[in-house]
Amino acid sequence: MLSRVADSLYWMSRYLERAEHTTRLLDVNLNLMLDESPTSADRRWQRVLQALGNPKDVEWTGDPYALTRALTFDTENKASILSLIIAARENSRHVREQISTEQWHRLNSLYLQVTRPEIQYKRMENGAVGAQSAEPTEFLQQVMEAVHQFQGVSDSTMSHGEGWQFIQVGRYIERASATAMLLEAYHEDLWLQPERPEGNEYLEWMGLLRSATAFEAYCKVYTADLTPEKIMEFLLLDEEFPHSLRFSIDSLQQALGAIQRESGKSRADQLRRLAGKLQGSLSYSDVDEIMAQDVVAYLRGIQTQCGAIHSTIYQLYVDYSIQAALAG
Amino acid sequence: MTTPQTKQFEQAALKNYLLDHAYDEMFSGPDQLHEHYQPLFEHFTSLPPGELQQRKHAADLSFLNQGITFTVYGREEGKEQIFPYDLLPRIITSAEWATVERGLTQRIMALNMFLRDIYNEGRILKDGIVPREVVYSCKQFRRQMVGLQVPRNVYVAVCGTDLIRLENGEFVVLEDNLRVPSGVSYMLTNRRVMKRIFPQLFRTYNVKPIEQYTQLLLGTLRSLAPEGRPEPNIVVLTPGVFNSAYYEHAYLARQMGIELVEGRDLVVHDNVVYMRTTSGLRRVDVIYRRVDDDFIDPLAFRPDSILGVAGLFNAYRAGNVTLANAFGTGVADDKALYAYVPDIIKYYLTEEPILKNVDTFLLTRKKERDHVLANLDKLVVKAVGESGGYGMLIGPQSTAAQRKEFAEKIMADPRNYIAQPTISFSRAPCLIGDEFEPRHVDLRPYVLYGDKVNVVPGGLTRVALKRGSLVVNSSQGGGSKDTWVLSQ
Repeated sequence: MLSRVADSLYWMSRYLERAEHTTRLLDVNLNLMLDESPTSADRRWQRVLQALGNPKDVEWTGDPYALTRALTFDTENKASILSLIIAARENSRHVREQISTEQWHRLNSLYLQVTRPEIQYKRMENGAVGAQSAEPTEFLQQVMEAVHQFQGVSDSTMSHGEGWQFIQVGRYIERASATAMLLEAYHEDLWLQPERPEGNEYLEWMGLLRSATAFEAYCKVYTADLTPEKIMEFLLLDEEFPHSLRFSIDSLQQALGAIQRESGKSRADQLRRLAGKLQGSLSYSDVDEIMAQDVVAYLRGIQTQCGAIHSTIYQLYVDYSIQAALAG
Repeated sequence: MTTPQTKQFEQAALKNYLLDHAYDEMFSGPDQLHEHYQPLFEHFTSLPPGELQQRKHAADLSFLNQGITFTVYGREEGKEQIFPYDLLPRIITSAEWATVERGLTQRIMALNMFLRDIYNEGRILKDGIVPREVVYSCKQFRRQMVGLQVPRNVYVAVCGTDLIRLENGEFVVLEDNLRVPSGVSYMLTNRRVMKRIFPQLFRTYNVKPIEQYTQLLLGTLRSLAPEGRPEPNIVVLTPGVFNSAYYEHAYLARQMGIELVEGRDLVVHDNVVYMRTTSGLRRVDVIYRRVDDDFIDPLAFRPDSILGVAGLFNAYRAGNVTLANAFGTGVADDKALYAYVPDIIKYYLTEEPILKNVDTFLLTRKKERDHVLANLDKLVVKAVGESGGYGMLIGPQSTAAQRKEFAEKIMADPRNYIAQPTISFSRAPCLIGDEFEPRHVDLRPYVLYGDKVNVVPGGLTRVALKRGSLVVNSSQGGGSKDTWVLSQ
């Protein structure tokens, strides 16, 4: 597979995963906000921004809807949902012939729906929600649905060869970093400062779980008894839940192994070592150990490792030197 | 057509349909249809009012969602446009097509022989059939190609010839496109859409299939692989996603199941072309290139090109990679050379040309130039190396200022222009708003030439969507129609 194609598939997938994550964070918090006194808004939305990695030029000014608009429709802002969808679609356009028609169709429809709602919905009798909509919830729901559909279509219409594996790599590396960042934001804000005047911690823990689509899955394992340790255990170490860190890294490692088999790269040792180390540490840790150490440093360490894995993938498959390739 | 409602609709829909001296694809006279259009006419006039618009809208949406778009240069807003198309197919009888097919086959063979000749012995020049200066003064003549052998002597493997119909209904050649002709994906997509929107009508007609095009193209490219490469690695080379025909490049690569590469994906080492893959460098044997000569290799041609591949021409020269089309084919679709094509056919094949040319005045000849300058308001003037409807003067529709401008251009560089009579080429009904109106159409069939010649039945019928306009290019507000060639 062309290196450029691998690069585009990887980023297409990362951007979509990021768009979905951003969408869900906004949706969950807009919803929770309704049950809260306005005074706690500052903490909430600053936490949201932190969980998104404090996007450049976006600041909390006291208006949740203004913030939502900036993170949703502002194309000047590279972290907005619209920008992310445009970037994902642009990447897919570069590999139009590599992805299935169904995948392209789904993604292109989403793109048109958010960038040119007037064309798409001219003839639709109901359910027409465009970028101008005053109530963002419906719009956010539609974006999430579309991204889920895209993932489903990818799994069922594209051969699970090298290209599909690069899509998996992009998705899970993004998801792992985002989950680590989300936990870090909540940890700083809630674990470390548990005394909240409003005393509605339950809602906040629920918000954290829902931000990772984990509320229902968590309840199935631990019942609706929400405690910080169990939540941490679930989101970090659960083997079966698709948004847990462990699951993401397992899937990442699996995809990297498949790519290595397919492309026959013999020099993939360093990459295997890096990803394997992270996988091992998640597989054989228990939550008490983690909670006993500096949790923030631990979560940042995971993000750093994800970054290192990303760079190594690039050196190995995309940005290698021609001289080395000719010699090898 | 018995109920009053359909009659009413029919009258309303066709009340502005006025015939003039141009050949009409559907009507042979007032209220008189060409026989093969009868079922189509009945089908369309039996649809309830508004139905056509609804189907058209459904098809528009489908184009947009599928991303079947082209890029209009120099416009910021909404750069991706859907290619405008018309719902009424254009129908060609099998007898008409038989002539076209034979004519195009003859033409592509003769032009390939001509290219081989001028880049080697130059017999046709020595024999004085084509003047040397016409060939050597052409900007598309590539000195680098002299003495070079190309596989099977095929220079032009993919060709899209523009045909028009004269007032008597005869097809003639307006232009040869021998460099990187485009539009074939629209031909294939139009057909797919039409089959979906009008399945019954399509079945009624016995239409020759065109879906085999991509397979034929792949076979053609494979047949041109360098010797000793039995399992050639074939790629499509695109300038990239910002090119107006990018959709088509991606479409063809996907349909053929081969890689779509950009210049930056390729490297040349020791005169061998490789592509950069995740498993290292992989050798490339045949390149279906959709990048112009000028931009393809910054070392051999334009040094400022960032789309090309440094060293590609040397690899080509060494015979390690085949390019389709070859370099330097543009000399044979130069509009001044065009005037000599009938003689070229006679010279190499000792046959009469089956498809005629349009009369052409060469402005390097003083007598013809004087005639043209005196009659600019009646003639069409074209720059010899341009395509896409750029650099053209249509006399009857021009202003005095435009004519003055062209007269000066012609005087300054007569070799750069030719003139032709303004031909009112044939018209076909198109759905404009709620009504059918006549619009001028041409026909671009696609011809492939590898181990043999394949002419795909039909082609792209291009429509000048502006009333009265004679310019069909998509960059100039043209659209297209599906083209149905009947089996019998």
